Amino acid sequence: MYAQMVKTEGTRIRSLDEMDPQERAFQERVDAGQKIEPKEWMPEGYRKTLIRQISQHAHSEIVGQLPEGNWITRAPTLERKAILLAKVQDEAGHGLYLYCAAETLDISRDEMYERLHSCKAKYSSIFNYPTLTWADIGAIGWLVDGAAIMNQVPLQRCSYGPYARAMVRICKEESFHQRQGFDILMKMVKGTPAQKAMVQDALNRWWWPSLMMFGPSDDASVHSAQSMAWKIKQNSNDELRQKFVDQTVPQAEYLGLTVPDPDLKWNEAKGGYDFGEPDWEEFFNVIAGNGPCNAERLNARKQAWDDGAWFRDGLTAHAEKVAERRAAAKVAAE
Amino acid sequence: MSNEWPLWEVFIRGQHGLNHRHVGSLHAPDAEMAINNARDVYTRRNEGISIWVVRSSEIAASAPSEKGPLFDPSNSKVYRHPTFFDIPDEVGHM
Repeated sequence: MYAQMVKTEGTRIRSLDEMDPQERAFQERVDAGQKIEPKEWMPEGYRKTLIRQISQHAHSEIVGQLPEGNWITRAPTLERKAILLAKVQDEAGHGLYLYCAAETLDISRDEMYERLHSCKAKYSSIFNYPTLTWADIGAIGWLVDGAAIMNQVPLQRCSYGPYARAMVRICKEESFHQRQGFDILMKMVKGTPAQKAMVQDALNRWWWPSLMMFGPSDDASVHSAQSMAWKIKQNSNDELRQKFVDQTVPQAEYLGLTVPDPDLKWNEAKGGYDFGEPDWEEFFNVIAGNGPCNAERLNARKQAWDDGAWFRDGLTAHAEKVAERRAAAKVAAE
Repeated sequence: MSNEWPLWEVFIRGQHGLNHRHVGSLHAPDAEMAINNARDVYTRRNEGISIWVVRSSEIAASAPSEKGPLFDPSNSKVYRHPTFFDIPDEVGHM
């Protein structure tokens, strides 16, 4: 999940009878599975929640380039390097699709950047963990992008049209990311004992943060109900987390790895795995800005923005000059 | 926020596509950069062979609330469809 703990207005969900006619018509369209489009009326809370969620998702794509970008210059083969470059380029594209989707809700991209840089907007907790070895790049593709897909596939049916359409495009590309990550790990576990140990170590460090990507458990997730009523969100956090564990544990076994959870056990009755509780204190700490890399990530973003100001301004000045020259030439020709 | 780059809408004609389709939007200082960025963002996987970019501010759109007045009248004009007219079988293919 690339958007966690998205705040929704209101304390409880109102019934159709309590709504004014406009809101009621809106809710009925959502209930009927119709898409809401940019120019249409929507409740203010719906608009705000979407801006929070989509921009948080976009910020995650952008900040998510940093942990992986960390290994571009050190990728072990030229082929792996080219693949990693393509992947990081995709992330930039995903950020762009999402910012554009959010912009249809009457907020500008620069405004969203400003909220990120001033810590008013969040990004996924996962990108506050460091990439310490090459195996981490494989683990991110397999686990982090895997968790993202789990969350994003249902978002293709989200009630807000532009977000749903961005998700269709993104999901196609995410599955390239997940496969390339798994491919890295498959190669490594068949390699030397040192390579295999490196993979196990990566799994040990990324497993729990990946589970936390789905957000706090359902009873602690105060904002979910309204998001689900508006069909911004399709599944509960715990539902998606369970699905992720059920899908991922066999893949870990295939790689010959041990999932770092002593409570992990197949439960025949429910047809899924039982698993331990993530460290929620750590989660809330990371979300609050106190994770291992929060400061580093944000500083890198801010520095890129500030140091790039003269370049952006230069391009604008150039565009203006060319436009003026063209206008003058047109006048002269007439 | 004063120097924000303008928004451009991107249209791409696919490999075997007949017409340009709207695929998304992006920010760029001018048309040339908008096309360059559209190439990188929207055709990384061979999605198209032609790109149009248009300043978003140049686009006028109909409002969803006008749906009735705009589109309803055509429903009563069934004779606009070729299937409305019965041609005798003897006439053959027409």
